[in-house]
Amino acid sequence: MKKFLALVLALVMVLSLAACGEKKADNKNFKLGVILLHDEASTYDLNFINGVKDAAKALGLSDDQVIYKRNIEEGDACYEAAADLVDQGCKVVFADSFGHETYLLKAAKEFKNVQFCHATGTMAHTEKLDNFHNAFASIYEGRYLAGVAAGMKLKEMMAADSSVKPHIGYVGAFTYAEVISGYTSFYLGVKSIVPEVTMDVQFTGSWYDEIEEKNAAAALIDNGCVLISQHADSMGAPSVCEERNVPNVSYNGSTVNSCPNTFIVSSRIDWSPYFQYICKQTMEGKAIDTDWTGTIATGSVVLTDVNTKAAAAGTADKIKEVKAQLENGSLKVFNTANFTVEGAALSSYMADVDTDDAFTPDTEAVKDGFFHESEYRSAPYFNVNVDGINCLNAKY
Amino acid sequence: MDNNNHKEKQPLFHITKRNEMPVWQAMSVRVIAVMAALLLCMILSFILIGINPGKMLVSMITGSFGSQRRVWKFFKDLAVLLCISLAVTPAFRMKFWNIGAEGQTLIGCLASVACIINLGGKVSEPLLVIIMLAASLAAGAIWGLIPAIFKAIWDTNETLFTLMMNYIATFIVSYYLMVWTPSGSSTLGALKYGFLPVVFHNYFLLILVVVILTVLIYVYLNYSKHGYEISVVGESRRTALYIGINVKKVIVRTMALSGALCGLAGFLIVSALDHSITTNSVGGQGFTAIMVSWLAKFNPLAMAGTSALITFLNQGASQISTDFNIDSAFPNIIVGIIIFFIIGCEFFIYYKVNFRHKGKEAK
Repeated sequence: MKKFLALVLALVMVLSLAACGEKKADNKNFKLGVILLHDEASTYDLNFINGVKDAAKALGLSDDQVIYKRNIEEGDACYEAAADLVDQGCKVVFADSFGHETYLLKAAKEFKNVQFCHATGTMAHTEKLDNFHNAFASIYEGRYLAGVAAGMKLKEMMAADSSVKPHIGYVGAFTYAEVISGYTSFYLGVKSIVPEVTMDVQFTGSWYDEIEEKNAAAALIDNGCVLISQHADSMGAPSVCEERNVPNVSYNGSTVNSCPNTFIVSSRIDWSPYFQYICKQTMEGKAIDTDWTGTIATGSVVLTDVNTKAAAAGTADKIKEVKAQLENGSLKVFNTANFTVEGAALSSYMADVDTDDAFTPDTEAVKDGFFHESEYRSAPYFNVNVDGINCLNAKY
Repeated sequence: MDNNNHKEKQPLFHITKRNEMPVWQAMSVRVIAVMAALLLCMILSFILIGINPGKMLVSMITGSFGSQRRVWKFFKDLAVLLCISLAVTPAFRMKFWNIGAEGQTLIGCLASVACIINLGGKVSEPLLVIIMLAASLAAGAIWGLIPAIFKAIWDTNETLFTLMMNYIATFIVSYYLMVWTPSGSSTLGALKYGFLPVVFHNYFLLILVVVILTVLIYVYLNYSKHGYEISVVGESRRTALYIGINVKKVIVRTMALSGALCGLAGFLIVSALDHSITTNSVGGQGFTAIMVSWLAKFNPLAMAGTSALITFLNQGASQISTDFNIDSAFPNIIVGIIIFFIIGCEFFIYYKVNFRHKGKEAK
């Protein structure tokens, strides 16, 4: 009996020790793999890299617990990179580009014990895998705030010189919901300050094409746009604005160092809260949300510091005021009272939320007097053409 | 008169063409060049960004051979690059400077993807794959034929022509991506049909196809009548005309072959790897292939070696970027330096540098 007791005790001790060891080892052995479409040269990817770095700092992860794969094409290369990261012991694999999704999904189906997280994608909520997740942020709120800053500047310019017309420009990548939602919310932000504003949008047909973005910005300026913003990933548009001394509202991060005289403010998604979230959940063995939407409240939608040299007086205070309204829900960006479509208010809109081959609209998005963006899935689906915005080359 | 001033005018060094260097000697020059390049890279990596040169070398090697998966990837990447290199070679042997392999391969990809989109699920998988193959071969051949016909009839500049055809192919792909994605994202994602059968391993069949192709092209170029005609046209058109070769026919036929083989590479990329297309599906390999083919002196068997070298360097570079957590600029500089040395050393194999000898009178 004594022997048996001793054996049981010994077993309990060993097991508890092992359990202890395991728990500690969990955090030390934890590895995060990050798949990037480009590298630090792209503002889009740099924003993710900075997010990972901040998260790693907050969680106390060492340098060798984060593995980056740069310049991974949107093809089989993404699957290969994901599989290689799994081989190296990554517990969470993250990919940052829209086109990575189907290939990351392939890896998720093969490696069931690893969590796969994908930014900007749309398929997780319909694929229903335990280890495949989408994430995005309600960046339209950040765009709206940036639009308010632009509106302040425009108002100031018009007050100083009566010949300035309320006409602004926007360089977009594709006529894709993410871009349309972005420029529309920006426009509505400007419109809340300068109601008579109109906006031209020039598309480049690429997410990253510095020359095309430069050309587009220059063409808009030549056509009389007095302020420019953009949704494309290179420094093309901001640098042209600096050369031509036209105020610029940026995206993905501050461009104040290269554009000290024209940069007003930039909205961006801070991915750090999401990276912290997926790492923590995985370390603790908890499930990750299938479809995660970051907000102003989670610290995912942020604005950079206002550049007082270029911005209108009182911009920072105004942003603070509007941000509070967005946070407490008293202000809705896509309030149907604030815009018209072909001269009429928008009372109903079927959005394509569930991805299928035929791109069928499937969900009613207008309810309670506003368009419910980023609610039914994290990736944007607002793709309505609002009056006052003129798409110069909508073919893309 | 010149003879009188000989002594004063003799330069510090002058260059003469060598007689053929023995193979072992030529190989050792190349090995020395690679060693020198590596040494320079190590010194630079230490001075510029302070990384341990030894670790850098290890990183470079593990990039291709660090795991079984990476070895497969190495041979897969090698095979795709080799396939395109083999494709450009017949035209190069003819001194037809086809730099349109990028576009010819991309249009091959597009043809395969178009088949998947229009026929996927409507015909059986094996039939679909055969149709894709035929469509890609035809599309690549047509993309090669257009500049060849212009060259044969109007003697247009093939270098510019084939280069421009690359851009046309890229924009056609952009156009179809817009047509095929009504959501406006221009991102197709992996399609669900048109898979090359998997034998033994995902990449095995692709690699096998390219191995067989290498042997076939070698035999075609060295032991067939066509191959002989290509060589003669390349050496001298007048000779070719004199011995009764129809030069125009050879140009057109050879470019159709080159284009079709690029189309084959496009088919392999779509059916065995991506099952999709982007404007960057070929990723510059059409241009890299030119270097691979040239470095191998247009010898298909040697091309396996030069493709391996380029693939090894590329994978090593991305592994360095991952291991040392730096952007891709510095690893690419390293690859550039190594390739520069390798190309540069060819000069010393074919030419001799003679320094001025003091006291000795040159004959």
